[in-house]
Amino acid sequence: MAEPLPVLEMTGIVKEFPGVRALSGVDFRLFPGEIHALLGENGAGKSTLIKVLTGVYSLDGGTVTLNGASVRFTSPSGAQQAGISTVYQEVNLCPNLSVAENIFIGREPTRFGRIQWKRLRREAAELVDRLGLDIDVTAPLSSYPLAVQQLVAIVRAVGTGDSDGSGSGTKVLILDEPTSSLDRDEVLELFALMRRLKGEGVAILFVSHFLDQIYEVCDRMTVLRNGTLVGEHMVRDLDQVGLVQLMIGKALDQLEELHDHQLHADVGESLLTADGVGRTGGIAPFDLEIKKGEVVGLAGLLGSGRTELARLLFGADQPDSGKVTIGGKQVSMSAPNDAIAAGVAYCSENRRTEGLVPDLTVRENIILALQAARGWVRPVPAAQRDELVAQYIKALDIRPANPEARVGQLSGGNQQKVLLARWLITRPKLLILDEPTRGIDIGAKAEIQKLVVSLSEEGMSVLYIAAELEEVLRLSHTIGVLRDRRLVARLANGPEITPTRILETIASGEHQ
Amino acid sequence: MTTTPRWRELTRHHLFWPVAVLVLLLLVNVPFTPDFFSVKMTDGHLYGSLVSIVLFGSPLILVAVGMTLVIATGGIDLSVGAVVAITGALSCSYLSDQADQAAVSGVLLAMGLGLLAAVVCGLWNGFLVARMGIQPIIATLIIMVAGRGVAQLITDGQIITVNSEPYKLIGGGYWLTLPFSIFVVAAVVAVTVALTRRTALGLLVESVGGNAEASRLVGIRSRRIKIMVYVFCALCAGIAGLMISSNTSAADGNNAGLWIELDAILAVVIGGTSLLGGRFSIGGTVVGALVIQTLTTTIYTIGVPTQTNLVFKAAVVIIVCLMQSPKFRAKVFGAGGFGGKRGAKQAEAPADTAATPETVRTMEVS
Repeated sequence: MAEPLPVLEMTGIVKEFPGVRALSGVDFRLFPGEIHALLGENGAGKSTLIKVLTGVYSLDGGTVTLNGASVRFTSPSGAQQAGISTVYQEVNLCPNLSVAENIFIGREPTRFGRIQWKRLRREAAELVDRLGLDIDVTAPLSSYPLAVQQLVAIVRAVGTGDSDGSGSGTKVLILDEPTSSLDRDEVLELFALMRRLKGEGVAILFVSHFLDQIYEVCDRMTVLRNGTLVGEHMVRDLDQVGLVQLMIGKALDQLEELHDHQLHADVGESLLTADGVGRTGGIAPFDLEIKKGEVVGLAGLLGSGRTELARLLFGADQPDSGKVTIGGKQVSMSAPNDAIAAGVAYCSENRRTEGLVPDLTVRENIILALQAARGWVRPVPAAQRDELVAQYIKALDIRPANPEARVGQLSGGNQQKVLLARWLITRPKLLILDEPTRGIDIGAKAEIQKLVVSLSEEGMSVLYIAAELEEVLRLSHTIGVLRDRRLVARLANGPEITPTRILETIASGEHQ
Repeated sequence: MTTTPRWRELTRHHLFWPVAVLVLLLLVNVPFTPDFFSVKMTDGHLYGSLVSIVLFGSPLILVAVGMTLVIATGGIDLSVGAVVAITGALSCSYLSDQADQAAVSGVLLAMGLGLLAAVVCGLWNGFLVARMGIQPIIATLIIMVAGRGVAQLITDGQIITVNSEPYKLIGGGYWLTLPFSIFVVAAVVAVTVALTRRTALGLLVESVGGNAEASRLVGIRSRRIKIMVYVFCALCAGIAGLMISSNTSAADGNNAGLWIELDAILAVVIGGTSLLGGRFSIGGTVVGALVIQTLTTTIYTIGVPTQTNLVFKAAVVIIVCLMQSPKFRAKVFGAGGFGGKRGAKQAEAPADTAATPETVRTMEVS
């Protein structure tokens, strides 16, 4: 049987940035009614390919055909009008507008130049309903957690491309890391939605770092490495091991090594104690002890208070009860400076809004924490600065290895590494990592986990937050379990601690 | 159009477009004033259009340099014009009360008083913005409006004239054949560049303006930095105030520095600093201020009728801003056109303020 014609075909795609060739001659096809995974490590060119396709970047070479006709998009709106809708990794909506306004932003139904608010709300509600979601479209977007905001972004993308909001005009739906901030139930909800759209003949391009999800929902996949096409396969023809090898271009020793690693037993005396620290509306008062060289993992569902706990220990939010003692001295935690002075470092889960200064260079971003601690009068001497930066770019394998590159142009994994480098330079006693591996490919993930292990072996304490229980279990000496904004249990890691055991603790919510 | 790599490299430099506009404006004068570029020596002083442009542009350069740092933190300072008036009013009214106006000590004290008032204004702005969290445009609007009243209170609503040789020096005097104010401007610019690039102040300012929340979480004391830049900006405006009142030997609470805040903001933008904050360029701002002053001079030399000269100025400003917008260049000249392929690439960058070249790579003043 002959294959149906692809709805979208990209041939010989080339994209260059100053000093970097992001894509060299990539081919890509997308068939109607399929879910197609685009795979590759960070910096492999996935995001660039998507941005070329959606008209965010202009093409430096190659052709794009949509439904057999050659097209060339010069702007995202052009691609949208042609029926290509995109949901990006980070939610790009307006938190202060209502859900309905967000869904229809830029294409509000109007009559005589005035927005028809009733119709807008009604159609938004219908669309949300049709997609099987339970969201009040009149509420401001910010009243929903990040996960729901992500779903709204998808609703918006499905809705664009057709004025009657039925989504029938959307021929190609691009989902760039839509699941990175969703919990399991929400992922299933999303998958159901994706399958429904697939049934309607929409071609879905799906980017995810969760390989299990690829195998769960995708039909076909395209693998990129270093800006070149490695191969296109049916998902059923290639197993996970083979896929990972294609992605990283080498065997899996690195990952195996991590699986076998034993937690070092060399945990020292107490470094940080929190006594009844809490914040109304954030997290209920909790006690926590972190020892020197210890990795404390936090497990819990999204929104269970993991991030809130971490922010209190950094002074990013001010606790309104309890006290924090670091190295025997009480720390006021009235501002991050107090925690930083006591040797605490914090990598936020929101790299873009709370971590990086996108306009500044890699070098400037890396040096920032050290410089802030020294104050403006005493700049880090240029020679020392350049040496430190070069050292950490090398140690963490930041790509491109150009300290002059603007950090906003780096891929997600490399941005995360820049943040890590920024804090490691300050030689903190306690490193708080909130979702450091979110939206990062498997190679960089392993690197970051290995780094955590070796840092703790050197005596640094780490507070590690991750959505994946296996990841927390693998790295942590102690696991704090959170549920409903309460620290419900502290478990010493051991053979009897399994993901199931932790899930049970979360589910029962009993204090132990 | 063939574009050599060197040409492309040149057009990418963050000062290329501001300087190109300046040169273009200067050249426009030649057909109307053939000896536009000539500089003559008379009575041991250098005279010529170029010298006058720098001389008359001096106050604007000072105000714009201070404004650059404020804008880089993501703020804006509308009060600089009023600060110019207050400084001049206070200095001149103190000086006019002196028995011996030519006494150097009295003149220095008068200047010190004026600058002190400017610093107080800056502290007030910084306090409102950094401590009280008031939007900069509102916070500085207070002194913009009330400050003129304060200046008139100081002068009793009169124009105070002084007759003091030493005071005349800063805005109207000559030194080593050149107007003294040129040396003042050079010193302030040099100090500013040293202050921001020899220390870490520039980096921290750009960080606060580039991402305020990330800067807080990295431990930057952004309140202190903000207060500092507002004080610095007011101090620059104060020096400009001394210069203006010295040049005319008079303090006019009503008209001194009127609307200079708008020209200063414009100069900063033409110089390539984004109104959104972040990257800034002192060199760009200086060129931007010279562009505006040259435009004013040009309007007089080519004889634009007085009643239409504001409209003419507006038209030129729009053209200058459009020329500087990478998006506009890409659209009009195409990907391979003026400024090379780079123009098209810049257009892909996240939309910034229209007049902000994205190419700010090296920040040293060259």
